[in-house]
Amino acid sequence: MSKAEKPPTAKGTAGRSPLVVVAGNPNTGKTTLFNQLTGQRMRVGNYPGITIDRHLGKLQLPGGTQVELADVPGAYSLAARSAEEQIALFASCGAGGYPLPDLVLVVVDATQLTRNLYLTVQLLEIGRPVIVALNMVDRLKEGGKSVDPGALSRALGVPVVPISARSKQGLPELVRAIEHALAHPASATPDPRWIPGEELEADIEAVRASLPTDWAGKDERRGRAIALWALLSIDPEDELRGIPPPLRAKVLERQAQAKAAGRDLDQEIVRSRFDWIDRAAPTFLQLDARPSRDLSERVDALLLNPWTGFPLFLVAMGILFQSLFSWADPAIGWIEDAFSWIGTKVGASLPEGFWRSLLTEGVIAGVGSVVVFLPQILLLFLFITMMEASGYMARVAFLMDRIMRLLGLNGRAFVPMLSGFACAIPAIMATRTMERRRDRMITMLVIPLMTCSARLPVYTLIIATLFPVGHWLGMPIQGLLMVFMYVFSTVVALVAAAVLSRTIFKGRPVPLLMELPPYRVPEWRTVLRETWHKGKAFLTGAGTVILTCTIALWFLLSYPKNVAMSQDYGAARTAIESQEGLSEEQREQSLANLEHKESAEHLRLSYAGRMGQAIEPALAPLGFDWKIGVGLIGAFAAREVFVSTMGLVYGVGADVDEQSQSLRDRIRRESDREGERVYTPLVGMSLMVFFALACQCMSTIAVVRRETKTWRWPLFLFAYMTVLAWTASFITYQGGRFLGLGE
Amino acid sequence: MTTLPCLPRGGFCQLVQVNGDRSFRLRLMEMGLLPGTRVRLLRYSDVHDLVEIIVRGCHLTLRGSEANHILVEPEAAG
Repeated sequence: MSKAEKPPTAKGTAGRSPLVVVAGNPNTGKTTLFNQLTGQRMRVGNYPGITIDRHLGKLQLPGGTQVELADVPGAYSLAARSAEEQIALFASCGAGGYPLPDLVLVVVDATQLTRNLYLTVQLLEIGRPVIVALNMVDRLKEGGKSVDPGALSRALGVPVVPISARSKQGLPELVRAIEHALAHPASATPDPRWIPGEELEADIEAVRASLPTDWAGKDERRGRAIALWALLSIDPEDELRGIPPPLRAKVLERQAQAKAAGRDLDQEIVRSRFDWIDRAAPTFLQLDARPSRDLSERVDALLLNPWTGFPLFLVAMGILFQSLFSWADPAIGWIEDAFSWIGTKVGASLPEGFWRSLLTEGVIAGVGSVVVFLPQILLLFLFITMMEASGYMARVAFLMDRIMRLLGLNGRAFVPMLSGFACAIPAIMATRTMERRRDRMITMLVIPLMTCSARLPVYTLIIATLFPVGHWLGMPIQGLLMVFMYVFSTVVALVAAAVLSRTIFKGRPVPLLMELPPYRVPEWRTVLRETWHKGKAFLTGAGTVILTCTIALWFLLSYPKNVAMSQDYGAARTAIESQEGLSEEQREQSLANLEHKESAEHLRLSYAGRMGQAIEPALAPLGFDWKIGVGLIGAFAAREVFVSTMGLVYGVGADVDEQSQSLRDRIRRESDREGERVYTPLVGMSLMVFFALACQCMSTIAVVRRETKTWRWPLFLFAYMTVLAWTASFITYQGGRFLGLGE
Repeated sequence: MTTLPCLPRGGFCQLVQVNGDRSFRLRLMEMGLLPGTRVRLLRYSDVHDLVEIIVRGCHLTLRGSEANHILVEPEAAG
């Protein structure tokens, strides 16, 4: 899945540069600090669970030593229930293939100190040197608190450096403290802060004896810390990975013994840590005034109110949707015009032949079809990063939780799914905002079912060509059909989500428990940088696949070149040119007709044409002939390409759009070998159903491949949608014929 | 003794016991919600199935249906 699951390869111990891991609760500004220390561009948000990939960077110390920095996924505790959460422990104590850190840097939110110290106390148990970066000290005053860093340092027994990552306050001091702690590790490695009772002590030692040797080596203290972790994390239903069966058995045995003796093991451990924190807190933490979160609370009173919150949310989503749908349009138009202009210019400067065709119709058109996604991607991520950084995203997750849970989805899935109505590409990229892999996967697999804007030209062509302009119950039939297609695809997507969440992605329901961070004004530079980062990631990640596919499709549609045609078009052209008694207009008309006829025949003889004919038996039960098959193959580049491919197939030229009268007339006239009309309204319906459900979009496949980092899921997506589309079209067409709607 | 969502809005209470499955209890405890901890109910919305509480100065939200597993002792008003 992510880099995080692949442990970074440790260099040899000799001459390896020191490794510092950066840990902390979510929302502590850990990512911002990491950014400031390494200069590496990264995602900065303000809601839990944003770090999915493992970030690595380098820090140059004043003394000249270069330090490796690696971040630990943000968590409230090291205790884990899933393989993803397990990384936090492994990365902080060098188990499970992760290198042993030389120093643990804990980022702590000074305004939420006692809760943040819980993780710090756990990290101190491991026995690696620790430094505390006391972040957001500039915000303490608004919380009505004050923290004495010196007293905190004495209580914890490790260096504490007050900083403000946002305003870069205290960073030089922090870097010096890192350097000092690396040179004198003992100064940052205090004894554990709490001593377990007799019974718990016996549990710890029993579990420690069952640990795999490579997890803690001979380090007794680290072994004890991991034993505590195992006692809290392992249970019969956990989703942890790589837990050796003897360890699991031992933990379950000790848990059962404790339960039988009437002990609450979990509470014993957690309380021991919090008891230490609560006892020590008065020495370093003063409450000066009542905490005030006036502004945030007043905003929440509006945004989380049942009566005003939902309408305001809909307004926000309306603006988001409108921007994707119409504001991005002019930019998309410019990009298309620019690339067709470049194509024409380059084409004019090259001799006709393979290279010109490859360059203009393959490469330039391909790059164009990648870049054309940028406006929507940038706009969507501009919105999403602003929603995250402002703290609104955490609220959205809650507003939508109840509805989305019914479908087995996360509340955060709403924004990506809504974006799917504009385009699946940015929508799939937006699934990153969900922490759980299961939630991301389900959302990603149903987004391509939403009616994206590329399906509209196809629907428009079919509806306008094959269905009457009339009214039904006072409503225009054609408009109703369009609405029906939207409702149909949405319902199918929601049902698919419900089915996937109960079958392939069946999982234990996870309690929703999270922090509502105070509202913050997003930092513009971070938002813009983050948005651009997303666009760039798309160009490099999915772009290459899309480009390759475009070139492959170009090849399929235009080759082989030298095939025997039914007539000599060159001779026919000469004949028309030399024919007498034709007006200039008639001559042009005849030449154009001939050219269209030639390209239609050429397409029929091309690889794509042959493929269309080969798959005709599979399409016939849906009411489609091989020409529609060719259109479906062409539509793989992008669904709207179906329209121009049909123009080519029917010999009215590729230069048509869904409004073209010539194409509509030609489609209505099309008849099969027996002289029957090919296109009836029933075939149109079947075709629309097919388009609604089939994964006719290579860019979707490319972007799912990028997000899941495997070919398995994009192939699964393609397979399940194709089967779904075929079956639904089959039912539509055959069912319609059975009901006598065939004519 | 009552469940958390039954508390009056803005009311303070002491946490008595958390029922429900282990992962829910553990998550709550690790966020600092232990028996005896002082909790303030800030918001409860039936429509959204949402409960917002303040624990240790931190705003937490949980599902109303899950908050029903949390037993509390209300503090006398004052």
